[in-house]
Amino acid sequence: MGRVAVAMSGGVDSSTASAILKDEGYEVIGLTMHLWDQTQDGKGTFGRCCSPEDIHDARRVADQIGIPHYVINLRKAFEEEVVDYFVEEYLRGRTPNPCVRCNDRIKFGYLLRKAEELGAKALATGHYARIESDDPGKKRPKRYLLRRGSDLNKDQSYFLFTITQEQMSKVFFPLGEKSKAEVRKQALRLGLRVAQKSESQEICFIPDDDYRRFMETRKPREFSKPGEIINRQGKVMGLHRGLYSYTIGQRRGLGISAPHPHYVLELDVERNRIVAGREEELMAQGLVAGGVNWISFPKLDREVEALVQIRYRHPGAPAVLFPLEGGKVKVHFKIPQRSITPGQAAVFYQGDEVLGGGWIEKAL
Amino acid sequence: MRRVYLDHNATTPVHPEVLEAMMPFFQDQFGNASSIHWAGREVKKYLDDAREKVAALLNATPEEVIFTGCGTESDNMAVKGVAYALQDKGRHIITTEVEHHAVLHTCQFLEKAGFEVTYLPVDSDGLIDLEKLRLSIKNQTILITIMFANNETGTVFPVQEIGEMARGKGVIFHTDAIQAVGKLPIDLKQLPVDILSLSGHKLYAPKGIGAQYIRAGTKLTSLIHGGGQERNRRAGTENIPYIIGLGKASEIAQRDFQGRSEHLLALRERLHRGIINRIPHVKLNGHPTKRLPNTLNLSFLYIEGESLLLNLDLEDIAVSSGSACTSGSLEPSHVLLAMGIPHEIAQSAIRLSLGWSNTQEDVDYVVEVLPRIVQRLRDISPLYQKRVSRSK
Repeated sequence: MGRVAVAMSGGVDSSTASAILKDEGYEVIGLTMHLWDQTQDGKGTFGRCCSPEDIHDARRVADQIGIPHYVINLRKAFEEEVVDYFVEEYLRGRTPNPCVRCNDRIKFGYLLRKAEELGAKALATGHYARIESDDPGKKRPKRYLLRRGSDLNKDQSYFLFTITQEQMSKVFFPLGEKSKAEVRKQALRLGLRVAQKSESQEICFIPDDDYRRFMETRKPREFSKPGEIINRQGKVMGLHRGLYSYTIGQRRGLGISAPHPHYVLELDVERNRIVAGREEELMAQGLVAGGVNWISFPKLDREVEALVQIRYRHPGAPAVLFPLEGGKVKVHFKIPQRSITPGQAAVFYQGDEVLGGGWIEKAL
Repeated sequence: MRRVYLDHNATTPVHPEVLEAMMPFFQDQFGNASSIHWAGREVKKYLDDAREKVAALLNATPEEVIFTGCGTESDNMAVKGVAYALQDKGRHIITTEVEHHAVLHTCQFLEKAGFEVTYLPVDSDGLIDLEKLRLSIKNQTILITIMFANNETGTVFPVQEIGEMARGKGVIFHTDAIQAVGKLPIDLKQLPVDILSLSGHKLYAPKGIGAQYIRAGTKLTSLIHGGGQERNRRAGTENIPYIIGLGKASEIAQRDFQGRSEHLLALRERLHRGIINRIPHVKLNGHPTKRLPNTLNLSFLYIEGESLLLNLDLEDIAVSSGSACTSGSLEPSHVLLAMGIPHEIAQSAIRLSLGWSNTQEDVDYVVEVLPRIVQRLRDISPLYQKRVSRSK
């Protein structure tokens, strides 16, 4: 069957994925990325992806399954490509998605390369998503397609939209067709020690999900610069304690007394101002996305209908996609959507197929 | 597939004679050496014998040898022990940038406690400038701690000259000889060394036992207090079986020294020549001649040492890069970086360290396997592709 490397996080998903591939007859090598030292920000929390406890768990599972296990040091790359990106995005008034970025640059970048250097024909992860290839016969070269995981509640295709054709030819998602419940059951059956381990939903390098504290420690000067809160008409409504504590759609912490609740509409970095407004003003008819990656086809040359997700837990909204100059895409929603946030990912679906996706630049 | 172990600087297997010597002391002769009854007395004799054997290897007197829990403990004891004992006289310590972390981290700990530490830089071969050392010594200097030989490159320091300089200035000289003991001749009647650390598991004794030579009259504060064992230097019930093991290992090292060293050097040269004859763009890290007879640190340009290491492991060949004590993932070696070796070249380094059990077949096997792994990695390396296209 050949040699396959598995990205083992120490969690139940990647652990089960490793066991499945070994059962199928692959020569499996477990790789755990060392991405971050919890002590780098002074706290030692555990049970987070990439902590020493997770590395330990992954190694023990590898021992249990009977596969070699290596820890790959990617701390510098992670800091530069994911953590710095995260901080820079906030400083630009955007809300980043570091998990997409980690998949893009670290997992399917550095780690995939490492797998190739180890003579593996593919890197497998525990993502709930499916890769298939279509079969167009002689009409054109075959194309890899990305589909949602069968368990729609666990589907992680949203985080994978940057994956390229070349990467897809060397990536496996063994859990794509399974439900989370099945995976846990299988882990229990196999007696994997991590079968009952709880999931972390938070960003792996931010302790207690306190991104404000994280930003404050890293960029204290920028973080606490007070400024004005204005409404769309330009009237000053109050003061904010520092732009980067706020995100689009946020209501709490504005300290505005007004007859109607007010929400953050925009973060104006240049003038260190927040634009706030009433709930109706949070709605937008469309958005522009840049840095677009197409999966189902090489590029967008005409309008196409799609279901667009603007956040991970967004149900998706019917829209029409228009190609713009420079490879950007205009998304026009049939029904206005709430809190379209620059920096977030907009992912385009047709059924369970991911056509592609991009990074939101602005709401329209 | 053959299993080949080329990481003897990380650890060594216990010699069969050592294991045999240890066995009676787990169940038959198990007494506490401090007990006055038969059980204690009968092991005390063996304890004394073992001490004599370790002393003989170093040409020291048994009174100057004490046993510790490991090499790292010996290093800690030496550096902290002198620092605490002499802190009223001065608070300046001199060491180098290429010491093992057991010394470096101890020095950093002492810095936080208010001591001043000078970390001498090294040249591209990994050696210090003796003149810089001389100029660093001042009135407040209480300790010079410089290793005998470097664990990563094998570079051997001029211990005689350093010792003479220290003695001339009345400064205590400690040397971490953990890699050197058993590989190089050490005569403490000649060498002006005040404290010398050694470790069992680099010498074909088990892990979990070390020793310390302390020249008579040297002031040292104990790290571990309790009963008066080891002449009040290091408390704790003596680990008799392991001490016996270390004694036996020392005896074997002394007995077989000449033959072993020649054998190691010959194998190392065969390995080195075999590699550079078959693989281009290979660089030696460390002094070309002043080097431990078993150590070969090579950079294979344009590829990552980590990938080379893992691929060799998948072929059952054990080597290392960086040093073994780091957290499980590989860091670029602080030693190579201190030698001024550029980052990418330091990243592409691996360390091969031979031992008594290696044979010519082991060496030939590695020489056969390595080239194709290196070529495969170079074929997918963008750095190599760039270089190849440039030279066309």
